[in-house]
Amino acid sequence: MSQLPEYNLPDSSGKFGKYGGKFVPETLITPLKELEEVYSSLNDDKKFNEELNLLHKEYTGRPTPLTFAENLTKHYGKGKIYLKREDLCHTGAHKINNALGQILLAKKLGKTRIIAETGAGQHGVATATVCAKFGLKCIVYMGEVDMERQSLNVFKMKLLGAEVKAVTSGSKTLKDATNEAIRDWVTNVKDTHYIIGSVVGPHPYPMIVRDFQSVIGKETKEQILQKENKLPDYIIACIGGGSNAIGIFYPFVITNVKLVGVEAAGLGLNSNKHSATLTKGREGIFHGMKTYLLQDENGQVSEVHSISAGLDYPGVGPEHSFLKDDARVKYFSVTDDEALAAAKLLSELEGIIPALETAHAIAYLEYLMPKTIKDEIVVLNLSGRGDKDLNTIRENLAL
Amino acid sequence: MSIISNYIKKKNDAGEKILSIFLTSGFPDKNNFVKLALDVFDAGADMLEIGFPFSDPLADGPIIQASSQEALKNGINLQITFKYVKEIRKRTDRPIILMGYANPVLSYGIEKFADNIKNSGANGVIIPDVPIDEFDNFFNSSFDGIDKILLVTPTTNEERVKEIDNKSSGFVYCVSVSGTTGLHNKDKNLEFIKRNQKLVTKNKMLVGFGISNEEDVKRYIPYCDGVIVGSAIIKSLMNDDKNYNQALNLTRALKRATTETI
Ligand SMILES: Cc1ncc(COP(=O)(O)O)c(C=O)c1O
Repeated sequence: MSQLPEYNLPDSSGKFGKYGGKFVPETLITPLKELEEVYSSLNDDKKFNEELNLLHKEYTGRPTPLTFAENLTKHYGKGKIYLKREDLCHTGAHKINNALGQILLAKKLGKTRIIAETGAGQHGVATATVCAKFGLKCIVYMGEVDMERQSLNVFKMKLLGAEVKAVTSGSKTLKDATNEAIRDWVTNVKDTHYIIGSVVGPHPYPMIVRDFQSVIGKETKEQILQKENKLPDYIIACIGGGSNAIGIFYPFVITNVKLVGVEAAGLGLNSNKHSATLTKGREGIFHGMKTYLLQDENGQVSEVHSISAGLDYPGVGPEHSFLKDDARVKYFSVTDDEALAAAKLLSELEGIIPALETAHAIAYLEYLMPKTIKDEIVVLNLSGRGDKDLNTIRENLAL
Repeated sequence: MSIISNYIKKKNDAGEKILSIFLTSGFPDKNNFVKLALDVFDAGADMLEIGFPFSDPLADGPIIQASSQEALKNGINLQITFKYVKEIRKRTDRPIILMGYANPVLSYGIEKFADNIKNSGANGVIIPDVPIDEFDNFFNSSFDGIDKILLVTPTTNEERVKEIDNKSSGFVYCVSVSGTTGLHNKDKNLEFIKRNQKLVTKNKMLVGFGISNEEDVKRYIPYCDGVIVGSAIIKSLMNDDKNYNQALNLTRALKRATTETI
């Protein structure tokens, strides 16, 4: 396997090429710099890394398996499909990888109050979970619309001792929850750490979240080499903010493995009811970062749609914007209906009910698999399980 | 020298502190905005900040959020805002500053935005989500001659206050609290404002965020060159009075407070 040129991003100003940066009110600059300093000191902090690894082993349930999907592979009759089982993480999705890393970081920073935003509720649940474990106060901002469609996760967060604050501004979904979390942070910055849920926001967040999520890719690399004695040909992941995708891609960026990100096309790319940011957006400045953004001709942020609350976001992590322009990663999108069909397919064939976010990546197999050949290997990041989505799936699939 | 800082200096030399009033573009009535702005000047505002609306105003509290939402609903954008500025400029020489978030500017075209500021007769810009760390990339040479007003906040350390003072022109905007715009009953942190008064040496310094009445004004003006009032005025516009009496009376009272204690 040949190695591609060195990849060392973000640069010292927090940029991935022209994307990223720190487009935030002045109040947040000092806490962001503090965060950056403490985070970079962790590189050589053996104790911190040992603690995180131990927690991952004993609490998260890592390493997660890389499961050969025999029936799904037979179904397409082409390349071999493996599933990286983040659905088996404690709390049911990859979000815990980041939450656990950041709660240790918050302790280092001496913060006593944790805030988070959530869309699907998975990041909210993961944050509430680690706050319970470490005894920190937890406030989760969630759009009213999302609270309704992910009501089970709202209850879980409350059970875990977190306060869930309903957000009623704007589209009442993830972007508005993020606005409110940032406003809270501006106001309570002294004692509060903001655990952002994806590779978005101002520097250093996209880097920190990527690094904490890249445990997915590191394990995948070891596991596939052990099972197949070679790297995969393709890696597929769904893209909301982009954290599970960058987590599995990152250790492979400097290899020749083909990397594919799958966005939500909602009711269709021409419907204005989608959240396919990289496919249909253009450069913008949003939530503290320069990145692709779905917006109207006046630069107002679009109201977006996806059947999956976790993909229902008009922006995307700045590193993905860079990787798109650089053509290192290819980005596609699938519709709500395709995702629903894929959720059904995986449930029936493999006995695994995926999250609707993840189902977008699975749906892309319909396009990819016919192009593969028998000894090619496809790894799909199974970012989360579908328990939280059963209501939505039941409403949409007549069984 | 900049028109804005000249104006502030002239007023200060005459024994007055500055009252700068923030209005959301096109709010509350897009057909009557120019008259509102001129009436606010007549009632005693020394300067006007006109906020062009954005869908996701991170630095704003509920009142200005609501006014931006309303303005967007009424179709207000940068083009219309520049038309307002042109009309207002025909009837006043006082400073006019545009305030808003980076994305509408980026989308409009950074150079076109700068050109239109000059053509319309506005004098400066405040873009709260472009801190000095992004300053050079954002404000290119097309902004030469336009005042770029930067903010300092309670979390800004001394060294950085000096850096910000150095990059800023027109004045330095001293944010009185860690928080969003709005009507706060947080403790007024005078120590931090006194510190900044010593550190900001190149520019004049105005204090804003959470100033809503004459007492607030009187408390701050010994330590700065003027005050900025936004949410309190916007709130006083949220009624059916087509003559905006509440807002204009508040402006008069605030202006009186900027002259009395000196
Ligand atoms: C299971 C699952 N997958 C994917 C996502 C999308 O986020 P990201 O793109 O950051 O991985 C979410 C977000 O809530 C999720 O819960």
